[in-house]
Amino acid sequence: MVKNFLKKSYLFLIFAFLYAPIIVLIIYSFNSSRSRGSWEGFTLDWYRAMFRDRQILSSLYYSLIIGALSALIATIIGTLAAFGIQRLKRFLQNTVMNLTYLPVLNPDIVTGISLMLLFIFFHLKLGFMTLLLSHITFNIPYVILSVLPRIKQLDPNLYEAALDLGATPSLAFKKVIFPEILPGIISGLLLAFTLSLDDFVISFFNTGSGVSTLSITIYSMARRGINPKINALSTLMFLSVLTLLIIVNLIMARDESNKKRRQNLS
Amino acid sequence: MRKNWIVYPYFGWMIAFTLIPLSLLIFFSLTTQTNQGISFSFDNFQRFFEPLYLQVLFRSLLWAGISTLFCLVLGYPSAFILANLKLKYKNTLILLLVLPMWINFLLRTYAWLTLLERRGLINTLLGHFGIQPLSLLYNDFAVILGMVYNFLPFMILPIYTVLSKINQNLLEAAGDLGASPWQCFCKVIFPLSLPGVSSGVTMVFMPAVTTFVISRLLGGGQYTLIGNLVEQQFLTVGDWNFGSAISMVMIFIILLGMSFTSRYEKTQEGGGLW
Amino acid sequence: MAASLISLVNLTKDYNGTEAIKDLNLQIKKNEFLTLLGPSGCGKTTTLRIIGGFEQPTTGEVFFDGININQLPPYKRKVNTVFQKYALFPHMNVYENIAFGLKIKKLSNSLINQKVAAMLELVALSGYEQRTITSLSGGQQQRVAIARALVNEPEVLLLDEPLGALDLQLRKEMQLELKAMQQHLGITFIFITHDQEEALTMSDTIVVMNRGLIQQVGTPEDIYNEPTNAFVASFIGESNLVEGRMLSDFQLELLGKQLPCVDSGFIPDELVDVVIRPEDLKIVEENEGVFTGNIKSTTFKGVHYEMIVSAGARDWMVHSTRARSVGMKVGLRVEASNIHIMRKAGVV
Repeated sequence: MVKNFLKKSYLFLIFAFLYAPIIVLIIYSFNSSRSRGSWEGFTLDWYRAMFRDRQILSSLYYSLIIGALSALIATIIGTLAAFGIQRLKRFLQNTVMNLTYLPVLNPDIVTGISLMLLFIFFHLKLGFMTLLLSHITFNIPYVILSVLPRIKQLDPNLYEAALDLGATPSLAFKKVIFPEILPGIISGLLLAFTLSLDDFVISFFNTGSGVSTLSITIYSMARRGINPKINALSTLMFLSVLTLLIIVNLIMARDESNKKRRQNLS
Repeated sequence: MRKNWIVYPYFGWMIAFTLIPLSLLIFFSLTTQTNQGISFSFDNFQRFFEPLYLQVLFRSLLWAGISTLFCLVLGYPSAFILANLKLKYKNTLILLLVLPMWINFLLRTYAWLTLLERRGLINTLLGHFGIQPLSLLYNDFAVILGMVYNFLPFMILPIYTVLSKINQNLLEAAGDLGASPWQCFCKVIFPLSLPGVSSGVTMVFMPAVTTFVISRLLGGGQYTLIGNLVEQQFLTVGDWNFGSAISMVMIFIILLGMSFTSRYEKTQEGGGLW
Repeated sequence: MAASLISLVNLTKDYNGTEAIKDLNLQIKKNEFLTLLGPSGCGKTTTLRIIGGFEQPTTGEVFFDGININQLPPYKRKVNTVFQKYALFPHMNVYENIAFGLKIKKLSNSLINQKVAAMLELVALSGYEQRTITSLSGGQQQRVAIARALVNEPEVLLLDEPLGALDLQLRKEMQLELKAMQQHLGITFIFITHDQEEALTMSDTIVVMNRGLIQQVGTPEDIYNEPTNAFVASFIGESNLVEGRMLSDFQLELLGKQLPCVDSGFIPDELVDVVIRPEDLKIVEENEGVFTGNIKSTTFKGVHYEMIVSAGARDWMVHSTRARSVGMKVGLRVEASNIHIMRKAGVV
């Protein structure tokens, strides 16, 4: 049918628009020509150059460290908070949740500069520590938003059932409550890690003393124009995000199908 | 079950790193530093209403508005087609739609540099047809293109979510009552999809109006948007008071925008990625 | 008379000013199948949760074998619970769910295997050890929940409306199975339901509750035949509930007619509630009836016809195996022994 063909072509064009620049970027990362216009043969030179670039390596290191630490700390604080919020009285719960949404809704640039104001105002030297603190700050809400629904879905009788069968409160938490909300904690952790790697604006305002993340390095390189090393870096980052996203989606799909099966039966 | 202490670390964190910083921002925006010390005034806000800055504000709103419009015009049909496709690989397409959102947006913006530059792919291709190289980069076209490219998935996804939840029986009922497919769309589908449109508009307009990266990379620093203004005040000029005031204006725009769109969003489900 | 296993003495439970149960006293015997029956919000679940240890009574005491267990946490009580929605641990399989309590008691693996296998056989789920909870049907989940509780060999099993989520057919089967299980194991079951038929089928003793107060305690026969007040009468089975007046011993005035009855000991002219069950009303010729009226509707119910007879300025529900046509003039009769007379609730 002509109509169907038109629809599919339209979708194809939209997806081409979304992916063409990324694909071109990936292809060029293997192009031996420095000029982007023409293809002059396959090379891995840019990858080699990238791995010899001290600035890129150090910012990769900082990105991973900040990402892992901030995700971990945010997950701990956020998970505890989610349990606490669940127990608050209704009114207080709504107030806290509205405050939790605040950093999510605030433009990044506002979050970034207000944190920078805080650090400078209290004479904290901008650098690794301030970067870590700011990443934890914007990660916590996302952890809460992914853990809290799981706690709310929890059957309150599960905890009582464990007590009933002889488990002490701490054992009941360890054996029953924790395993039940673990998927929420893990997806919160991965989300926080991804967001931390992805962030540029907030990091940009809160770093200093030569500490730089990948995003900041890319920005400063890109501001000076094209650099084939960025193409190579982009390709690797694209693949990492793709892998992470697939893992998260698999976890969620499994979780979802379990939930569906449960609903179908009850 | 009365162990409420576990929420205190979060309370402390929220106060220290969300409430106090925002209070500082408000404080700085309402004060000026003079030789006598710090004094309260609305000077910073008054200064913002000088033509030079109003022009920046106007440009930011206009460009963000144009980008949002383009995203809507391009995105609505995509969402509509996606929602109505009966394909086995529909979920894969949705995943493909989500994927770019998770790629560092600097990379996505940078990707256009390689396409648009004077000796880039587009000009090379055009060259094969004997067309003279065009200057595609470092102009308003490039900035708006960058915004549309970066934020298009944020428009498609919420609209798709809402459209795919519309009960098919409603459409059958409308048809049964004599509505033509076009009338059915205008009278039933479109009104029902407005919550998705509203959250899509929010999710595109908000980052577009506050960005300073896209305008810096693709506009080459020639076009100052309100985000660039804030960045300059803090990092180059060092006038924190004025910078804070501009940020407050930005927050005000965001709040105004959200109060317009939130009437359509009864719940947060419209644009959830997770 | 056997000694009480559980005694509830002057129990009160107060939730922010609303009293869920008020001054409740109850003796539960060993090996008894006791049912707490009442509408939702009557306090039956609260009572069960206090016995299980999940709630603390506001005032009053709970005795187990003569020892006060008010302060004993749930995990130290010799009581196990089958929860309303089963509360099976979704991240564990059938075996792990049933073995949960035994593993906490640190029994040897071989002993655990043995006990779990025996339990699965009891609930007819042998071979289901490795199945996930989500792959089981509602009825199977129910059985796992029962097995998980029983494997700990509790002295008392608490069941909180466990059959509520099952369809009618399955519910009837499970009623009989549960009763058989209780007799076979020889332990006390405390069962909660709002379904009067279920209570009548299974119980040794029924406790009817309403608004936090015990209305009546008795055998199913007692409760059905001799309800002590209008609430019990109307809650147990469909009934015709009418207000009457005791003229003297054995003489009742009902809707302007004088009727002989079998009750005595009321104050003359005391207002009373009168219950006459639909199956106890007889449809007779117009001139033979105490009340006369006409048939308003007739519905076939399978075993019998349910008819609404408009007589004596009200509608009566009558069950009969013979249908009468709508509009027919009939009389209604009732035997003196089938008139249940109760003091008005609240007047003792």
